[in-house]
Amino acid sequence: MKADHTLDCVGLYCPMPIVKTAEKFKELKTGEVLEVVADDKGIKKDMPAWCQATGHECLEIEEEGGEIKVYVKKTHE
Amino acid sequence: MAEKEKLTIVVFSGDLDRALAAFILATTGASMGMEVSMFFTFWGLNIIKKNRGGIKSKGLMRKMLNFMNRGGSQRLKLSKFNMFGLGTWMMKRLMKEMNYPSIDDFITMAHQMGVKLVACTTTCGIMGIPEDAFRSEVESLAGAAYFLGEARDARVALFI
Repeated sequence: MKADHTLDCVGLYCPMPIVKTAEKFKELKTGEVLEVVADDKGIKKDMPAWCQATGHECLEIEEEGGEIKVYVKKTHE
Repeated sequence: MAEKEKLTIVVFSGDLDRALAAFILATTGASMGMEVSMFFTFWGLNIIKKNRGGIKSKGLMRKMLNFMNRGGSQRLKLSKFNMFGLGTWMMKRLMKEMNYPSIDDFITMAHQMGVKLVACTTTCGIMGIPEDAFRSEVESLAGAAYFLGEARDARVALFI
């Protein structure tokens, strides 16, 4: 999947991937997609929950080897 | 989104593990767009005391208490397996090895994210802890009514 920005969260554990995503989202424009790369499995549940709370859109979760890629779209300011 | 959801946490415990849980939830809540406040009372006050310098209190008993119960984020112990400090040392080391934030890092992070840190005035009074014993991130001192005021319209209220 194509993304406008990438956030490397490999080696980071809960809550850091979510904290960093929220921080990074401030730089994004509405409509842009962020790719979050992580290896903490918690993100597969955490990111959809974060999206539900914030109203942004979780597009896709890919897992390859131990690496998880999550695509999140900024839907509002 | 309409009005922000609120999360408020009473931090009663001064244990390292419990403090960690409290700050994980506080920073995550802030990341999720919630308005977060943390109310520190009793042993929880140890978490937000400055790490350096003495605590100037009046009276022998309070002086003794603040000497024995010095506090500071770097002096917190695990609630289990402290083993005279060995367990705590090992846990801190493991956290460092995996680049996990320390309590100090969490306090800075929470503060930057707009989490309100509030110290309980009554416990400060009983224990003789002056306001300047607390780190600069602590926003204010308040009482039970303040906490309940926050908790009344909070979506989530926790006691740790």
